[in-house]
Amino acid sequence: METKINKNNNFYIPQIEKRNKQSKRFRLYALSAVVLSLSFLAFFLIDIIKAGIPAFTQSSVKIEISIDEETANNPYGILERDMSRLVSRAWLRSFPKEIEAHPEWIGTTQTFWALLNAEADQYLKGTQSKLKENQKSKLDALLQEGLIERKFNATFFFTGDSKIPENAGFYAAIVGSVLTMLVTMSLAVPIGVMTAVYLEEFAPDNKLTQIIEININNLAAIPSILFGLLGLAIFINFFGVPRSSPLAGGMTLALMSLPIIIVSSKAALKSVPASIRQAGYALGLTKWQVTKDHVLPLAFPGVLTGSIIALAQAMGETAPLIIVGMIAFVPDPVTSLTSAATVMPAQIFTWSGMPERAYIEKTAAGIMVLLTVLISLNTIAVLLRKKFEVKW
Amino acid sequence: MNMKKSATALLAVASLWASASANDQIRIVGSSTVYPFTSYVAEELGAITNFATPVVESTGSGGGMKIFCAGVGLDTPSFTNASRAMKPKEFETCQKNGVTEITGLMVGYDGISIAQSKENPKLNLTKEQIFLALAQEVPSKDGKSLIANPYKKWSDIDASLPKREIRMIGAPSTSGTRDSFDEMVMEKASKSFPIYGGKYKKIRTDGAYIPGGENDNLIVQQLAQDKDALGYFGYSFLEENHDKIAGVTLNGVEPTAENIADGSYPVSRSMFVYMKNAHIGKIKGVSEFIELYATESMIGQRGVLRTIGLIPMPKEMLKKVQTSVKNKTLLTKEMVEAHTILPLK
Repeated sequence: METKINKNNNFYIPQIEKRNKQSKRFRLYALSAVVLSLSFLAFFLIDIIKAGIPAFTQSSVKIEISIDEETANNPYGILERDMSRLVSRAWLRSFPKEIEAHPEWIGTTQTFWALLNAEADQYLKGTQSKLKENQKSKLDALLQEGLIERKFNATFFFTGDSKIPENAGFYAAIVGSVLTMLVTMSLAVPIGVMTAVYLEEFAPDNKLTQIIEININNLAAIPSILFGLLGLAIFINFFGVPRSSPLAGGMTLALMSLPIIIVSSKAALKSVPASIRQAGYALGLTKWQVTKDHVLPLAFPGVLTGSIIALAQAMGETAPLIIVGMIAFVPDPVTSLTSAATVMPAQIFTWSGMPERAYIEKTAAGIMVLLTVLISLNTIAVLLRKKFEVKW
Repeated sequence: MNMKKSATALLAVASLWASASANDQIRIVGSSTVYPFTSYVAEELGAITNFATPVVESTGSGGGMKIFCAGVGLDTPSFTNASRAMKPKEFETCQKNGVTEITGLMVGYDGISIAQSKENPKLNLTKEQIFLALAQEVPSKDGKSLIANPYKKWSDIDASLPKREIRMIGAPSTSGTRDSFDEMVMEKASKSFPIYGGKYKKIRTDGAYIPGGENDNLIVQQLAQDKDALGYFGYSFLEENHDKIAGVTLNGVEPTAENIADGSYPVSRSMFVYMKNAHIGKIKGVSEFIELYATESMIGQRGVLRTIGLIPMPKEMLKKVQTSVKNKTLLTKEMVEAHTILPLK
């Protein structure tokens, strides 16, 4: 959009070209900052997705097993030697329980799709593997005969953690996260919203409330690990809440989300115009009625958005949970609020430190699941705000 | 208002759960080095029996002892992992808090292997050379005084060593691996230099020693990229990454499973699990867990834990350990002082 500048113009400013250039350069700097941050994000996402995609499939081999009483006693001896080196130990281990569940199998020959172990699976996925040459050629032959199939990895979504990589799943961590978040939300949202209502609608404007408000704003900026220490000292050591339980983790995360919810709820309440309140009072409503029936419902979208964003933040939090013992090996999905559990980011952290190669793809896949959940939560927050937003 | 109601309801339900929660789940704390092995056995217990899978938390050897020795209540852990024997001081704390009956299990060995990028030519170091490369203060050329470490390249220490810059990536000071490295390499080598008087102080802080994270995978990745650097970590990480890194021989001995097990590799340590006998019969599966752990198929020469990097103990030793576990041999002060879990003759 450059127009030729007439230098004989009376209004001509001699420095104009230099200034225009400066402005152009500034625009370029700003643009390159955007491009840089976008390319970091793209690099991160592509790297994670490339590493994580293989984890969503898992190879199995078709085998025939003739079952008798002996099979149940020694499941590790049912396969030929070279085959048992390829089949997952976890699959063989659970075999006696399978037979127990199906007593009619005894004396017959059954066909199974047996889970391959991580080394074999990694070889088939084309990554480095510790298999010997003859095992590799055996796998190639099986593949040629069509006895090996790569299917959707249901194990990943329906079992808990395992030290046998091909048997490790994210399910226990997902359940743990859900329960922990339930505790967090049911504590932080009501307390946070009520605090905001009191501070915004009822509290007198004096030194004390000002100090409280400043401190709440400061709390929102405190490193999350400190909330973990607080949780350990108060909930676990003083009140005796069981270590590593969703109750302990949820309450700790609730402490962490409180300031965020209070600040955003206060902002939402503040944005409700004073005319609404005055109209209420003019009609003879009490303060309580005005707040409950008019101000709170109008502030609801803002409160909701703040709460969902606080929830998303709490969901991705790891540091305070290390302190309350939620980074642990917990393969069984948690059944009550007081038994031990682990959460999604904790599970990712645990996997990232494992020596076996197969856990690299599990780690990446776990990150993908967590990111999907967080992005959907944020999308829901945006959509809800759009839907309920009232323009004044 | 609804939200408040549901919160109250939830809290009520939670407290009900809390009061009803029977302690039917074993809790285990302790060393991060022993953690993968104990977790494997925990998973096995959950998979082949009807006991709940024990919960294993990695808190470090020292941290584990502290929680373990806190008392005999059912909310304290039943086992603790340790990548070293229990210290007399920890034993005293345990006794003082009523944890008087403890039975130990030896799991096997772990070697601390020093490694480099695979693309480098083979390298052999002695403990003394490593000491000279990494200590804050080293003996001067005439051996009469201690000076600040002047060495920049390995060839400065010994002309036969390559002209590579000294760069060692290792564990941070909170790690048990670092403790073992300090004790078994640095302290031991410092005794070969009389001027030190057996009092090794600390590792140099001028950038030649780089404290990596607790995550050994990161050290492996750094070694693959930085060809000059050396790094040290638990043996299982070397075994898993033979395509990227190679072991550095120490005093001419290669870090392999055999050399670590027979003790010829000079930097190896024993790993232990300690049981709180007071929990037997009160928490389901406690004695079953330790008996399963001690079986041949777990920690034996052909046991499954070998596949995830355990270096098993010799057969005769395992026999003794099994008998001791079966008899629930109680740990005594003398045994702790002798760094063993087996009964003294």
